[in-house]
Amino acid sequence: MIEFQAVTKQYPDGTVAVDNLDLAVEDGGITVFVGPSGCGKTTSLRMINRMIDPTGGRILLDGKDIRESDPPLLRRGIGYVIQHAGLFPHRTVLDNVATVPLLTGQSRRAARSRAGELLELVGLPAKLAKRYPAQLSGGQQQRVGVARALAADPPVLLMDEPFSAVDPIVRDDLQQQLLRLQSELDKTIVFVTHDIDEAIKLGDRVAVFRVGGRLAQYDDPSALLARPADDFVSSFVGRDRGYRALGFLDAGGVPVGPVATVRAGEQATADQLDDGWAVAVDAENRPLGWVSAELLSTMDGSVNADRLVSGGSLFEVDSSAGTTAGSLRNALDAALSSPSAVGIAIDGDGAVVGGVTADTVLAALADARRAGEVPA
Amino acid sequence: MNIDWPWPWLPANTDDIAEATGEHLYLALLPVLVGLLVSIPLGWAASRWRVARGILVPLAGVLYTIPSLALITLVPLVLGTQIIDPLNVQVPLAVYTIALLVRSVSDALRAVPSEVTAAATAVGYRPLHRFLTVELPLAVPVIVAGLRVAVVSAMSLTAVGALVGIGGLGQLITEGFLRNNGVELVAAIVLIVVIALIIDALLLLVGRIATPWTRTAKGVNS
Ligand SMILES: Nc1ncnc2c1ncn2[C@@H]1O[C@H](COP(=O)(O)OP(=O)(O)OP(=O)(O)O)[C@@H](O)[C@H]1O
Ligand SMILES: [Mg+2]
Repeated sequence: MIEFQAVTKQYPDGTVAVDNLDLAVEDGGITVFVGPSGCGKTTSLRMINRMIDPTGGRILLDGKDIRESDPPLLRRGIGYVIQHAGLFPHRTVLDNVATVPLLTGQSRRAARSRAGELLELVGLPAKLAKRYPAQLSGGQQQRVGVARALAADPPVLLMDEPFSAVDPIVRDDLQQQLLRLQSELDKTIVFVTHDIDEAIKLGDRVAVFRVGGRLAQYDDPSALLARPADDFVSSFVGRDRGYRALGFLDAGGVPVGPVATVRAGEQATADQLDDGWAVAVDAENRPLGWVSAELLSTMDGSVNADRLVSGGSLFEVDSSAGTTAGSLRNALDAALSSPSAVGIAIDGDGAVVGGVTADTVLAALADARRAGEVPA
Repeated sequence: MNIDWPWPWLPANTDDIAEATGEHLYLALLPVLVGLLVSIPLGWAASRWRVARGILVPLAGVLYTIPSLALITLVPLVLGTQIIDPLNVQVPLAVYTIALLVRSVSDALRAVPSEVTAAATAVGYRPLHRFLTVELPLAVPVIVAGLRVAVVSAMSLTAVGALVGIGGLGQLITEGFLRNNGVELVAAIVLIVVIALIIDALLLLVGRIATPWTRTAKGVNS
């Protein structure tokens, strides 16, 4: 547990970056510090490993005032992932990751073999181990940064906007990976971002900061979306927060109806379609796209996999698939983005199990509201 | 003036030539080494504190512009050395090296990305350890470039030192002049140039071996 007790940081030039912060970061799980630029997130984070010392108040790590620890020793027990990775340009990927084990006195051999394990853990191919950081893409560098922070197996991991400098697709990848790693390793992670979507996606608890380093709200993400504490939080959380809040509601109550399917490469006739549409599937029953009656009439009988109408997002009935999988948001989005207005529901293997419509999702939402499952 | 070309002089004096060469190397390289060792902490100070930089960098610039002969004749006055003391040449050489390197070292250290130093602090390096294993290695390419200039100029400046009576290959040049011995004269000049080129090439090589990361193509992905 990391406790901020009345912590204040005033820089020598008079800027109060953090003002009287009281906050407890629970063990395990991801706690996100989010807020506009300059609101004191980095300052708060760096006070935890004493890269910055507070000018007032104190910080306890597992009940012990961190001022009693020697800063370098304290830091070796706290992983830190920095923005833009901050890899050492003169060391190979493997040696970057081996840094902390070496610092803590492990032999070079042991440190390197540990580093090799870590690279695998963060999903980097072994052939990258001998490269220098400049030879990696931004996303790969960020993974190395995570591996380096985890190498000494610290119980606490601090991450300062680790994914902000990569493109959205890579970012999504890295976020999924962090969630997967966290479910395996169960660290206490403090994650800084200015992106509220990222905060909500990753956070078990979210601390919203306002400029001047004041805590505006500290809550779990669904409560943040449902009950913003004030105008600042509600405007920061954004306009479509009602829609995003659906991401926290389980879609178990949404009935999955039948959906017409035709197999790619096989014969199909118009009466196999339902309301003029069918999902084209492969041999494993995985969706490839949609066929309409009109399209089918131009295909001379057999379903041509290269000429399908691309489908919308998929509703993963199995909620272990990802962040919003199995949620009302996931179900509604599948329906709204589908060309046929029927969202494709898939199971854990990616096989089509049926369809959902926006009406049934909204009906399920109304039921959940009546049952008191939706925070008012 | 008639210059003679007594070729037999060369084989007859190899011992003297070798001795003069050794002396020359010692006279020239020791001050460069001392200058390097002094300029690293000075450059570090200049990279770290604005005040230090404001004093050291302009001072280095001024020192570098003082003509070498002036500096050589100044040393006995300042240090109270004898007029033929090797220090009279070595001190100016060290000063030139420092003047040349302080700015390079300072700029190179300042060019280390702040996220790299922050990351080094965050993983738990102590300050000196961080300096020696992260910041200094990253400054090596720039330092080696400065060192190459320093060594080559030290080799030729040491020859000038013969004018005030210190040894080395410069002495053979003066001697060759006085005796109208063209062989001695040319041999000394050629040796100075060749040795300077060899040391320069060695430094280049060592610099490359020490910095494999600088030769990686940017943006290579798999
Ligand atoms: N070394 C410093 N000296 C003076 N002021 C500083 C210093 N570091 C940060 N500040 C100021 O403190 C405030 C908080 O800075 P901090 O870096 O913690 O913000 P942040 O929330 O991380 O912002 P961003 O999202 O832009 O990274 C800002 O007003 C900043 O200008
Ligand atoms: Mg910041």
